[in-house]
Amino acid sequence: MKTIVQKVLGAVAVGSLLAVQVPASAADTASKKIALSNNFAGNSWRQAMLKSWEKVTKEAVAQKVVAQAPSFTTAENQATEQAAQIQNMILQGYDAIVVDAASPTALNGAIKKACDAGIVVVSFDGVVTEPCAYRIAVDFKQLGEMQIDYFASRGLKGNLLEVRGLAGVFVDDEIHQGIGDGVKKHPEYKIVGSVHGNWTQTVAQKEVAAILSTLPTVTAVATQGGDGYGVAQAFKAAGRPLPVIFLGNRHDELTWWKEQRDASKYETMSGSIAPGSSTFAFWVAQQILGGAKVPKDMKLPLTVVTQNTLDEALKNTEPGGVVNMEYSQKDVVDFLAKLK
Amino acid sequence: MSSLQAKRGVLVLHNILPALALSLLLAAVFWRQPRAMSYFGVNLLLNLAIPLMFASLAQMMILAVSDLDLSIGPFVSLAASIGATLLPTRPALAMLAFVAAVAAYALAGALIESRRLPSIVVTLGLSFVWLGCAVLLLPTPGGLAPDWLSSAMAYRTPWLPMPIWMALFAAALGHVLVTRSAFGTLVRGLGGNPTAVARVGWSLVRLRAGVYALAGLFGVLAGLMLVGQTTSADPNIASRYTLVSIAAVILGGGKFVGGYVSPVGTVVGALTMTLAASFLTFLEVAPDWQVGMQGLILIVVLGLRAAIDRLERIA
Repeated sequence: MKTIVQKVLGAVAVGSLLAVQVPASAADTASKKIALSNNFAGNSWRQAMLKSWEKVTKEAVAQKVVAQAPSFTTAENQATEQAAQIQNMILQGYDAIVVDAASPTALNGAIKKACDAGIVVVSFDGVVTEPCAYRIAVDFKQLGEMQIDYFASRGLKGNLLEVRGLAGVFVDDEIHQGIGDGVKKHPEYKIVGSVHGNWTQTVAQKEVAAILSTLPTVTAVATQGGDGYGVAQAFKAAGRPLPVIFLGNRHDELTWWKEQRDASKYETMSGSIAPGSSTFAFWVAQQILGGAKVPKDMKLPLTVVTQNTLDEALKNTEPGGVVNMEYSQKDVVDFLAKLK
Repeated sequence: MSSLQAKRGVLVLHNILPALALSLLLAAVFWRQPRAMSYFGVNLLLNLAIPLMFASLAQMMILAVSDLDLSIGPFVSLAASIGATLLPTRPALAMLAFVAAVAAYALAGALIESRRLPSIVVTLGLSFVWLGCAVLLLPTPGGLAPDWLSSAMAYRTPWLPMPIWMALFAAALGHVLVTRSAFGTLVRGLGGNPTAVARVGWSLVRLRAGVYALAGLFGVLAGLMLVGQTTSADPNIASRYTLVSIAAVILGGGKFVGGYVSPVGTVVGALTMTLAASFLTFLEVAPDWQVGMQGLILIVVLGLRAAIDRLERIA
């Protein structure tokens, strides 16, 4: 008799222990189905994004966190096609839909239908304006501002060179504004030159080389990603001392950084958006299904590589690719807890 | 005798192919997801085909006179953009814009006839004009469709879901207009043998202008219905309609030359094209294969059409 009571008590104890371990996903999501609606798969970022989704969700399904998490990509990157796809997902009975949208507005009708059917819609990267959906947007301003903050934390002073992206694109404007805000906050910096590197190493190298002879000593270079290696080559070719160049997580940039570090203890930092943001959105959807209170608008955390994490980041990045990061359930639970 | 029977058999095949393709796709969806077999389900499956039906009817008018319209997608996008910007705030100006757009279509038709220009070149040029106008109106995606339009498109029709009613309406309208009316006979005549039509004394310029104006009108209707469904617009919202509408007409039994078109087939073709592009959600195909599979389905369906056309020529 006693032993049975002990066993039961033991089982209750184990059960409550488990419950303590995962408090944020208190409600069971094991029977829930989450689908990814993706509009485009034609570049390396999207390919990595889909791969991350598959990897993380496969594990989540195996561990019975969710029942199913398939991904669906439309053929033509067209809004009407993706709207039809989302409507089919409503019919399929998914509990949550994660969307990387072809248009911020043209899917609104379909997304409203999904919300009305009681489906949780989480948009990321390509976010949607429909108020009933959750948005995980990329904070490009932050990507600009953090560079100046980093330079300040290093105690650097003096002249900055700014390498911008493709003129007229929203992303370029946002990062540029962030850099401007950072400089306002730290008056010890002065931007002495600005060129458009178009997020391309060769263009950045050519543009920087052209302006370099007119510039005084440059202490640091603020960039937008995909351009850092080209900037370094331009400085090297001109025989100028190497400034601190903020990098953008590309494989060639990190390789160059490692070489410089090994040769001359070069120090810098690197930051960008990880394609694994799809897995971030996945866990956000899972948390909402689990009953967590989540704000409708969130900023996607940036993926940062520092001196200490360089070797690991480089090891895990394919040549020609971008540093990826797959988020775990714990990462997202912690992120959401911090928002409160 | 037997050759006549064969001919008749091929003709039946010709006429039922679009319906057959649609039934097969629907059967596959219903088999995978019985829940889709309901008022709510059919509505979700097919409601995005409503604007495409009208865009396809527009394309069919143009194909009926042996021309090709490469601008219908951007034109529908422009109509949707007007619907989400001018229509709610300045309805009179919006109406004026629609009338001007239809008039521009008619003018294009008159120009193509009188200057003997290839329609592909003129409409390709126009497609950039439409896109430019849409971007001017709506530099970034946004706008809001008027309430009456959104609620009209969300209306719960009695007995049958709205896509079915709309399909019946569009098919009947097209049938009366192109297959039954005197005007329709003239249109098909213009596509098949313009010299004969001219010799009887009809003005080909006015006739072609009229056909293009009708196509423009269908385009405006498609744009309004689309923006009523999405509630908000994007200057590129309907760009895929250009090619999909051509495929819908051809799938429905139309031909590129000779004035052969079928309004009923076109409407069924539009439904089929909508389903073909998205029904892979129901067959859990591996992500790597999805994009290719969608293309494959279209090739198979259109390939069948080509095969039947060939049989017809032999029989």
